[in-house]
Amino acid sequence: MIHDFGVVWGERGLLLAGLGNTVLLSVLAAICALVLGALLSTVLMRQSKAPVLVARVFVDGLRCTPFLLFAYILYYGLPSLGINFDNWSASLTALIVYHTAYMAEILRSAWAAQPRAPIEAGMAFGYSGLGLFRRIVLPPLLLTAGPVVGNQMIQVIKDSAFLTVIALPELTHAASSIQSRHYVPFAAFIAAVLLYWALCLVIEAGVASVGRMAEARR
Amino acid sequence: MSHGDILAIFNGALTTLLLSAAGIALGLPIGLGLALLRWARVPVIAPIVAVYVSLLRATPLVTLLLLLFFALPNVGVPIGPLSAGVLALTMNTAAFNCEVWRASLMDFPKEQIEAAQSVGMRRGLRFRRIVFPQVLRTSLTGLINEMSLLIKVTPVLAVVGVVDITRAAQRIGAETYEPLPPFLVAVAIYIPIVFALVSVQRLIERRNLRLEAAA
Repeated sequence: MIHDFGVVWGERGLLLAGLGNTVLLSVLAAICALVLGALLSTVLMRQSKAPVLVARVFVDGLRCTPFLLFAYILYYGLPSLGINFDNWSASLTALIVYHTAYMAEILRSAWAAQPRAPIEAGMAFGYSGLGLFRRIVLPPLLLTAGPVVGNQMIQVIKDSAFLTVIALPELTHAASSIQSRHYVPFAAFIAAVLLYWALCLVIEAGVASVGRMAEARR
Repeated sequence: MSHGDILAIFNGALTTLLLSAAGIALGLPIGLGLALLRWARVPVIAPIVAVYVSLLRATPLVTLLLLLFFALPNVGVPIGPLSAGVLALTMNTAAFNCEVWRASLMDFPKEQIEAAQSVGMRRGLRFRRIVFPQVLRTSLTGLINEMSLLIKVTPVLAVVGVVDITRAAQRIGAETYEPLPPFLVAVAIYIPIVFALVSVQRLIERRNLRLEAAA
């Protein structure tokens, strides 16, 4: 058993490259999804019916779709419509679009629970449109939605592992190739699991510090 | 895509549903058991459960599934794709369910337990008659939410060769060189199932809010 972990240690370059790709992919996807989700949440909070309905169908439809199937449709399905992706762009697009739906819903429900007074005060001071959203609505929203957004980031990391099926060289893919090359399944996948755990603990620590910041501002 | 192909996807859907049901049926009581171990602060075991939950919540299901599928035979435990799938789903969902159950157990009013003690109820009876019925009601929405999450990760089972919805759709795509239609059929099966669960969850949430407002 110790020997097996030695073998994995010998392949640490591959494993760390996988970890790097997982982090790169997840961070990029999470940031883009958060920005797009924030924009989409402004559509969900509109008064007029039609845009809200379209956004609602998009958000609820994706939230009921398994991520893996969504990634398959993008990577294998869309080429028959003439849209071709390589595995990196398919992965990134799948993660961003899918999690935009979740982020939008998270921010919408946090927004609906916000007190109206600061927003009305902002309007009274002449803020409107995107300026109102960026300066008045969004900052307290991000602070209160912080823990849920953090959970969603953990979900992004976990979903990125699915992308091993379209041969993206991320952490699970690296562990698979180490296991198939040296036949050390236990050591290879346990190493990957521990690295995922470490990533999640880092995010949880980050969320806790945002929570303390929110507490201090209150 | 022929009628036979659509039938094959529905056959896969049956496998998906059965495996999900098995995962849910095993994961609910195991999660409750783990939560009770932590709630009762059983020495040595409670911290182990805490680490298990934290670790499993951070582990992607694909990674867990590949670990079980390849590593268990290596240490002399023969395991097929189906049993590896059920085991992975159960281990994963039990960890999440444990957190849901534990949150309601922690919120449970102490006075009620003390009242039950004062009328001479023993621990087992107290749990069965007083704690469990109320904890079940407060955990219900969280548990249903976890069920919909579980169903959404089931396509992963196709990775180790379980012929579920996704695998059936992949096969048809490979045979007809038209992968898009079978995948769309697969999504069209998933969406109503997950949507139904989410709707039930919202319904119960609203009813709970009404009950709270009335109380």
